[in-house]
Amino acid sequence: MSTLKRLWSLGTGRFGILIVVLVVAVALVSLVWTPFDPASVDARARWLGPSWPHVLGTDNNGRDIASLLMAGARTTIVVAVGAGVVATVLGLALAAFGALTTRWVREGVAVLVDILIAFPVLIIAMMISAVWGGSLAVVVWSVGIGFGVNIARVTRPELRRVLHSDFVLAGRASGLNTWQNLTRHLLPNVAPVFIVQLSWGMAVAVLAEAGLSYLGFGAPVTQPSWGVLLSDLQKYIAVHPLTVVWPGLAITLTVLGLNLLGDALREAADPTLGERTTAARTHVPGVVA
Amino acid sequence: MIRYALTRLGLLLVGLAVASALIFLSLRVLPGDVAQLIGGTQASPAQIAALRESLGLNVPLWQQYLDWIGGLVRGDLGTSLLTGTPVATELLDKAQVTAPLAALALTVALVVGIPLGVMSALARHRAGGTALSVAAQALAAVPVVWAGMLLVVVFAVWLGWLPPQGFPRAGWNDPGAALRALVLPAVTIGVVEGAMLLRFVRSATLQALGQDYVRTAAAKGLTRTQALLRHGLPNVGLSVITVLGLQIAGIIVGAVVIEQLFTLPGVGRMLVADVAARDLPKVQGELLALTGFVLIVGFVVDLVHRLIDPRQREAS
Repeated sequence: MSTLKRLWSLGTGRFGILIVVLVVAVALVSLVWTPFDPASVDARARWLGPSWPHVLGTDNNGRDIASLLMAGARTTIVVAVGAGVVATVLGLALAAFGALTTRWVREGVAVLVDILIAFPVLIIAMMISAVWGGSLAVVVWSVGIGFGVNIARVTRPELRRVLHSDFVLAGRASGLNTWQNLTRHLLPNVAPVFIVQLSWGMAVAVLAEAGLSYLGFGAPVTQPSWGVLLSDLQKYIAVHPLTVVWPGLAITLTVLGLNLLGDALREAADPTLGERTTAARTHVPGVVA
Repeated sequence: MIRYALTRLGLLLVGLAVASALIFLSLRVLPGDVAQLIGGTQASPAQIAALRESLGLNVPLWQQYLDWIGGLVRGDLGTSLLTGTPVATELLDKAQVTAPLAALALTVALVVGIPLGVMSALARHRAGGTALSVAAQALAAVPVVWAGMLLVVVFAVWLGWLPPQGFPRAGWNDPGAALRALVLPAVTIGVVEGAMLLRFVRSATLQALGQDYVRTAAAKGLTRTQALLRHGLPNVGLSVITVLGLQIAGIIVGAVVIEQLFTLPGVGRMLVADVAARDLPKVQGELLALTGFVLIVGFVVDLVHRLIDPRQREAS
């Protein structure tokens, strides 16, 4: 609870929480109500500017952009949560393998992780879509794999550090087996490091959904999604430049919220990090200690 | 140093081997028949059989892989299924657009990221420094494709200074037009990547400012800025080199999306088209070329870092 309080007391944390809550709330509301049906085509209402009742205007098919954005928030959340789950399972499994097993397995996993980290998320997505075609699942898996490896890279040293601490030794002495020790003592202690990574990974997922949907390998064009909307509106950018502002703004704000939430989580979870030493760690994957 | 270089080279070779195996296998785990998939439902059994033969699907998996690797060693990345041209030739052709684009984008990122990063750290207690830091934080959250669209709206649609998209048919025979076509794409990627670099440089500079040697230099009579410039910046430079590999990987990924937005005939656009067309042998060659490039850049960056950091040089 105190961590949450500290989080809220940080400007960045408050902003991050508010944005995440806002996106989730909008997505939930869109399940039962949107100003217009996001799929309904209205030839008489094409390209309306921001006005009442179409607060953000309409697109080339007369669809209400505000409603499309609200429904698109659902896609974003599904992708972010899905990628988060994949990254968690993969990352923690790799980290556990890299910290708890015999020496040669450990070293092998470390080398594998170092190699996999060189695969950008987009390349992984291309590998998957070349075979299975594009879909939201491609986004979920590629970000999940890409960031899972990252989580493993960051969590493993932390896991090894905790592994050599007295309370884990005491746990083992009192008769816990490896699995019990892992779940009771090790994971709770590496959780802060890992949750920070997860928050940043979800930000990457939101960006990846936009980028891959833009390229045509993400959400199907029939599904409301910020990335699809961006690529739809881009075709008319010369005539109706203002419309592309909205989906882009939605993506940017969500990513910014998740990034700041990650920053604040790091600061809240580790109060020893002072103003000066926040410098020591950065966003750049592979450099994050 | 030699020993380190050899170890690192070994790691690079292992990396390339694992990457090639992963790419090879991931394009073959398809449930069902690749030939059927490529040929489509319209293809006759004879056509499918011919396709299987030409794809080399009739030999065991390990032999297919070894054949492919054998070709790679001789500089043969495979042949396109649809056009029949060698992948290596097409890659070299398209690289004439992507390589200058990436180089320009990297230049923009460095020019934006390093000086502004140092400045925002020095001015961190003033409004300007905070504004820079906030702007970089916001820019790092911008999808690169949206940044490109906004730049197109301002500089191509409203001001009309630069072409909104396309590349001259004459290519680099028309250097002026070719360069103009690359400005907006390069600035788009460079600014977004530069914002991430800015944040990193800011952190590294703040850290350097807190070091004892900078404080000592300041105590000896230098101003804090002088002390930082003379004693701190070499250290900031070192940490910038460590992220350069990631920056270049980021720029390559950015180029895939941005070439699509600006319809530039580069490697990224070709890859997207081939993935959509499921030209698997070609995609395989392209993906290996791209990941190989990223791995090699990482290798070079590590060696350079080792060479110019006196502490690491002496340790080895």
